[in-house]
Amino acid sequence: MTISKLLTATVLGGAITAGAAFAAGPAENAIKARKAAMQLYAFNLGQLGAMAKAEAAYDAAAASAAASNLVALASLDQSALWPEGSDSLSAENTRALPDLWENLPDVMQKSQEMISAAEAMETAAGTDLAALQEAMKALGGACGACHKPYRAPD
Amino acid sequence: MRRIIGVLLLLAVAGLAVFWVLTRPAPLGSDAIAGRSGDSARGALVFHAGGCASCHAAPGARDEAKLVMAGGRRFESPFGTFVAPNISPDPEHGIGDWSTLDLVNAMLRGVSPSGAHYYPAFPYTSYARASVQDAVDLKAYLDTLPADATPNAPHELGFPFNIRRTLGVWKALFADDGWIVPDAGLSEAALRGRYLVEGLGHCGECHTPRNALGGPDRAAWLAGAPNPTGQGTIPDLRPGALTWSEGEIVEYLTSGFTPEYNTAGGEMAEVVENMAQLPAPDREAIAAYLKALPAAE
Repeated sequence: MTISKLLTATVLGGAITAGAAFAAGPAENAIKARKAAMQLYAFNLGQLGAMAKAEAAYDAAAASAAASNLVALASLDQSALWPEGSDSLSAENTRALPDLWENLPDVMQKSQEMISAAEAMETAAGTDLAALQEAMKALGGACGACHKPYRAPD
Repeated sequence: MRRIIGVLLLLAVAGLAVFWVLTRPAPLGSDAIAGRSGDSARGALVFHAGGCASCHAAPGARDEAKLVMAGGRRFESPFGTFVAPNISPDPEHGIGDWSTLDLVNAMLRGVSPSGAHYYPAFPYTSYARASVQDAVDLKAYLDTLPADATPNAPHELGFPFNIRRTLGVWKALFADDGWIVPDAGLSEAALRGRYLVEGLGHCGECHTPRNALGGPDRAAWLAGAPNPTGQGTIPDLRPGALTWSEGEIVEYLTSGFTPEYNTAGGEMAEVVENMAQLPAPDREAIAAYLKALPAAE
């Protein structure tokens, strides 16, 4: 190889490696962000669940607020949170199975169902405790609908 | 020399005859169901408690399709792959031509209408603890479901597991329809919980470890086991290992939410779907029974 070809090869090789390192960045950040969103779900579900289990007194206003948060979370635009290469086989710290990316229409439908279940809770939360307890079932079902097929086991 | 061969042949025939007798199926007779009639509303609850749809609905079925028992779902095991049969009321491909006694014997004795043993992938070792009346009610309910003409696919089993008659030996070794947790000290709720967990709920089929022949280790009842799919572990449900309160267990069985608001994933998501259909006192009964189990060491 001539010196100039060697130089070109080195610079190109360096650029590709640097590019790959940058590509790891968006996946890592997306994984962190979507896990944080799940924490917000857990927090707001916790407010409602405590009332459902009689661990906290039923408070219609607090329950409505938590339910509204769930609707907001379910309605977030998630298109950037699931980049290619952020599945459990390609990236670290995630249990999202490659199956998710192979079944996007199903994922979209389940996202809509999550919004519906959260909206149903919004109505129920301000009604009474019995309605809230019943609406917890649909919420759990909506969470499970994705976690069952698309999340790797513990 | 010919004498010796003669004697050996005689012994072989005698051995086979003994084997044949020992592995006889033992179905119940018609006196077991005499005077009983099925109630399909109660049968619907048996259907949910027993989790029939989770195995017998077509793979990927959702919503109304979950009531079409077309079969086809595959279950991999160390013995080969089992394929769930069609148990819709279709008379040719399903069980539409079964009598009530046929269903009772399938569930409580693991025996087919033609007198063959079923593989214990069908959890009759647990269902054996269910009542005859529950099986009769279930038949009434199953008859109301949509008929489906999906033909049955055979199980994919290698030798010697493809010889059904050997299951007579397996049953003799491992099938025992007695209660695992004795009566003493169990509250009303926990007794109902025992009926649901040890019987229809068939929880032990996944949550109890098995030996190399697939027989459950009753001494380690509900102590957890490796996940048969190969990934992950199925948890220990005994006090000391499962630290959730009764209220938390009930919430999990109702909505699938853990105390940290994670959700049931994998096979438990289907179990929760079924448990959520039962009356609340049944879920409370299951929680009471789990709390009454002998503690994990």
